Amino acid sequence: MNKSLINSIEALLFGAGRPLTLSEIRNILNNNGGTIELSDIKKSLNMLEERYINTSIEIQEVASGYRLNIKQEHSSSLGNIWNDKTPRISKALMETISIIAFKQPVTRGDIEDIRGVSVSTRSIRSLLERNWIRVSGTRDVPGRPALYSTTKDFLDDLNLKSISDLPELPEITDDSKDDFLSQVV
Amino acid sequence: MQNNNLAQLELPTLLGRQFEDIPDDLFIPPNALEICLESFTGPLDLLLYLIRKENINILDLDVSKITDQYIEYIELMDSLKFDLAADYLVMAATLAEIKSRLMLPRESFDEEEDDPRASLIKRLQEYQKFKNVSEKIALLPRVDRDFYVASAQLPKFEDQKNKEVLITKDEIFDSVLEVLKRPNYKDNHQIDFEELSTKERIQMILDLLSRTNIISFSKTLKKPEGKKGIVVTLLASLELAKDGYVELIQNKSEELFIKSSRRV
Repeated sequence: MNKSLINSIEALLFGAGRPLTLSEIRNILNNNGGTIELSDIKKSLNMLEERYINTSIEIQEVASGYRLNIKQEHSSSLGNIWNDKTPRISKALMETISIIAFKQPVTRGDIEDIRGVSVSTRSIRSLLERNWIRVSGTRDVPGRPALYSTTKDFLDDLNLKSISDLPELPEITDDSKDDFLSQVV
Repeated sequence: MQNNNLAQLELPTLLGRQFEDIPDDLFIPPNALEICLESFTGPLDLLLYLIRKENINILDLDVSKITDQYIEYIELMDSLKFDLAADYLVMAATLAEIKSRLMLPRESFDEEEDDPRASLIKRLQEYQKFKNVSEKIALLPRVDRDFYVASAQLPKFEDQKNKEVLITKDEIFDSVLEVLKRPNYKDNHQIDFEELSTKERIQMILDLLSRTNIISFSKTLKKPEGKKGIVVTLLASLELAKDGYVELIQNKSEELFIKSSRRV
């Protein structure tokens, strides 16, 4: 694999500061009339991965493509520089996003049914502002409530490729019911 | 980094340690109430906590005991946050309903189906699922908290309003000189009183006219007042003419006459 291609891809990832998909990379590189295949790019990414073994960065594949991460071992020192850049997420908000993630698309009412408490406009708005959820439609019932789904940004922010990478939702079968309940209580 | 994750969760977590903060009996000092309210993210949450505290299996829920405690919690909340308390009240009503039904003698044939606790248990289980998984998701590495993106991306600049400042050193020198040359505005200066008042002159002319009906302009003047006197008198007579009190008459001679219009 030629070095200049690897370097070009590295430059793109560095400069983008956001995930790039394989085809995005290909289109940019082929802009000057090149004929680079997706497989070449994939191979180059693998080479880069190897190259980064003894460095502070790594390639991470997330929902929106590939991006460069600073390895987690450096996070505590970086945290000092960028302290509290992201706001904390409350327990209630975490429950809300979890319900949306597993049951999507859902309405606010669906979330309220599960949580047994009203979901504030503020928490929905805060998830929308964070771009973790989006309105994916409306349900065809009176009032036409908005349906919410999670976004790629949500997965990106958690270093995940797809929704199936989330922790598994425990299933309650009749057999396991007692076991599960004894865990609960 | 894992420590950070844990700190991120609000207390108390269901399976966590912070329960010690809440007294075993139900007496809660008023100032702890806020904390207590923030501890539970919903009525089901509180219910799960109580069930756990009583150390009983959900399936043989001791409804009466739980209900009593639950209602006591709500009484505490009630005085504090009505909005929130309303959500909890629904649950209390459900519990009370279940409790009362259990206390009534059963004529039941199919007990299983009619167990009033069943639907509540189902809801609790459903909620518990998401509660558990949300705690796990909260622990997943999160961008800008647990890991950072490596990027040499250009920072997003604000609109560059002062993009280019074209200025020469001579211009700077000149403007400094200009500032230095500026008069000192802090100097004292005196404001003179108005020596001759138009108002006063109007009154004077009216007084004169009340006696003579018509008067030549030159007769209203006082010599020592000089030009200023003439100007003030002219202003005064124009003012009077404007308001219709006098007529100004000038014949072929240069003399101007002021004539009272009311006396005609």
